[in-house]
Amino acid sequence: MTSSAKKRPASSVDVVVIGAGQCGLAMSHFLRRSSIEHVILERGEIANSWRQERWDSLKLLTPNWLSRLPGYSYEGPRPDDYMAVREVADFVTGYARFTEAPVRTGVEVTSVSINDDTSYRVTTTAGDWVCRAVVLASGAFNLPAIPKLSAAIPSAIRQVLPREYRNATELDEGGVLVVGASATGLQLAEEIHASGRPVTLAVGEHVRMPRTYRGHDIQYWMNQVGLLDECYTRVDDIQRARRVPSPQLVGSDDRRTLDLNRLSSQGVRLAGRLAGVRDGKALFSGSLRNVCALADLKMDRMLKSIDDWIDSNGAADSGSPAERYAPTTTDKPSLLGLDLGSGEIRTVVWATGYRPDYSWLDVPVLDRKGQVRHDGGVVDAPGMYIMGLPFLRRRKSSFIHGVEDDARDLSRHLVAYLDSRAWRTRVAV
Amino acid sequence: MNKQEITIDNGVNVEALLGAREALTAAPEAAAFVWRASSTWIGGTQTQSTVEKFFGLGEEQSHRQAFEYTTDHPEIFASEDNGSTPVEFVLVGLSGCLGAGIAAVAQNRGIQLNSVTATLEAPMDIQGILGIDSDVRNGFDSIKVNYEIDADATEEEIAAIVAQSQKRSAVFDIITNPTDVHVDVRKV
Repeated sequence: MTSSAKKRPASSVDVVVIGAGQCGLAMSHFLRRSSIEHVILERGEIANSWRQERWDSLKLLTPNWLSRLPGYSYEGPRPDDYMAVREVADFVTGYARFTEAPVRTGVEVTSVSINDDTSYRVTTTAGDWVCRAVVLASGAFNLPAIPKLSAAIPSAIRQVLPREYRNATELDEGGVLVVGASATGLQLAEEIHASGRPVTLAVGEHVRMPRTYRGHDIQYWMNQVGLLDECYTRVDDIQRARRVPSPQLVGSDDRRTLDLNRLSSQGVRLAGRLAGVRDGKALFSGSLRNVCALADLKMDRMLKSIDDWIDSNGAADSGSPAERYAPTTTDKPSLLGLDLGSGEIRTVVWATGYRPDYSWLDVPVLDRKGQVRHDGGVVDAPGMYIMGLPFLRRRKSSFIHGVEDDARDLSRHLVAYLDSRAWRTRVAV
Repeated sequence: MNKQEITIDNGVNVEALLGAREALTAAPEAAAFVWRASSTWIGGTQTQSTVEKFFGLGEEQSHRQAFEYTTDHPEIFASEDNGSTPVEFVLVGLSGCLGAGIAAVAQNRGIQLNSVTATLEAPMDIQGILGIDSDVRNGFDSIKVNYEIDADATEEEIAAIVAQSQKRSAVFDIITNPTDVHVDVRKV
């Protein structure tokens, strides 16, 4: 390893954790238990993305009883309800207080680079840190993943990102094209359409599931049958599993199932994946039927695995009997084109997902797709760890309740790494 | 014979395909293929097309032999009908692509196929190609594919194979999504 140009005076610490969200705080909890000296650097305030980058009506996709962090859990009166984002932010902030986490807020990391053979240099807006290990816990959802074809959308149409969107009244009157059919796309489509702005929803591959099944929240069953705990080493194609979009769920007081049939019945117009913009016309893929068929079949397979689990565990008395839901209705001729110059569409909402921002990461660990090379969170650079990515170590990795197991595993690896390094240093001396 | 000893054989070498997938993940430049066809106008509405060479795995490749195809139009179009219409060739391409995908997916999932037949139907209003009504598109209004499949699997498993073959089909993608087409011409 070569050191970078000129070294400014820096504070020294064993571990720098970047990001004070649920991941960084949980890691801090385990580091503290192992008496590892560390600091958490946070660009904004604790739980910043929860406070700044979510829309008003958003609630967690998981019920309150699943909202837990190491040594800390929801203890309110409504275990089966879903936390609003403000409550999530307060929950995470409460956790920071509870763990007395060493958080430095308002400190933005501008670079992480190799300092020497055994240390990294973390450059920030408030001085440098030199550390033996780094935990990247800055989140998987930093930058919107907007398709390139957005550049061809006529300028008269306003383009909106979910992290800027607060509520439908902020949008111009008139039609809205929502692009993307994961949890975000469906929730925004329903809310915007209900505000009197007719929504067209562009639907690519998606994950359909009912909110409740056989008397319980679907997350309860996914937890019971072991789906949430499924380990990244046991999945046939982990790269594909990590790309699976978030399920079409909404957290709501009425525990409603939000699916394409529901939106269709409300008058939302479905189209295939937005495949191109040509001559001011949005072109949609003719694959809508197949992506719906794929999602219906996949949902039925999951429900069957739940039914099988109930049968073999003698839990049939737990609630209502097995059920299957109507296939997604796609009987109308598919909408293939939409004139973006007619004035019908006034707004495009890009619910096309997010990607992490690693622009500050000056250590060569990115693959050709710009993703960090890692093995279950152990980054391809000694002493570097990453957290909070979809299916990092388990299917639940990107959920709040999934943080604990990942943080425990990775903190163990980190502590062993620091110990081995200390041993080697002593031997060398 | 013990049931577990029955080997599934749809005639698709899935190990080779999975090996190729792994190799091309590591060396994505080798995955850059170029497909080619050449054609000569014969006369009337008849064209003779030849397919032989293509590029892939970093070098020029060749089919075992050159394949020849004749396209023409039916007699009700005042043509000689020496071959199928080009639009029917599109259906041929789609069914060929989906069929290959069905066999490969079934093989990968350990499902024996006994028979797979498909009928394809594509309504078209020829007012479009005749320039009668500019609101009518030239191409198909839609394409309907009907599969009849006999396989050692449940109805859901068969449906999942067909859905997956559409998801991974090149021709399905070409038909359902826009493609940038350049046509250059040179006077000779």
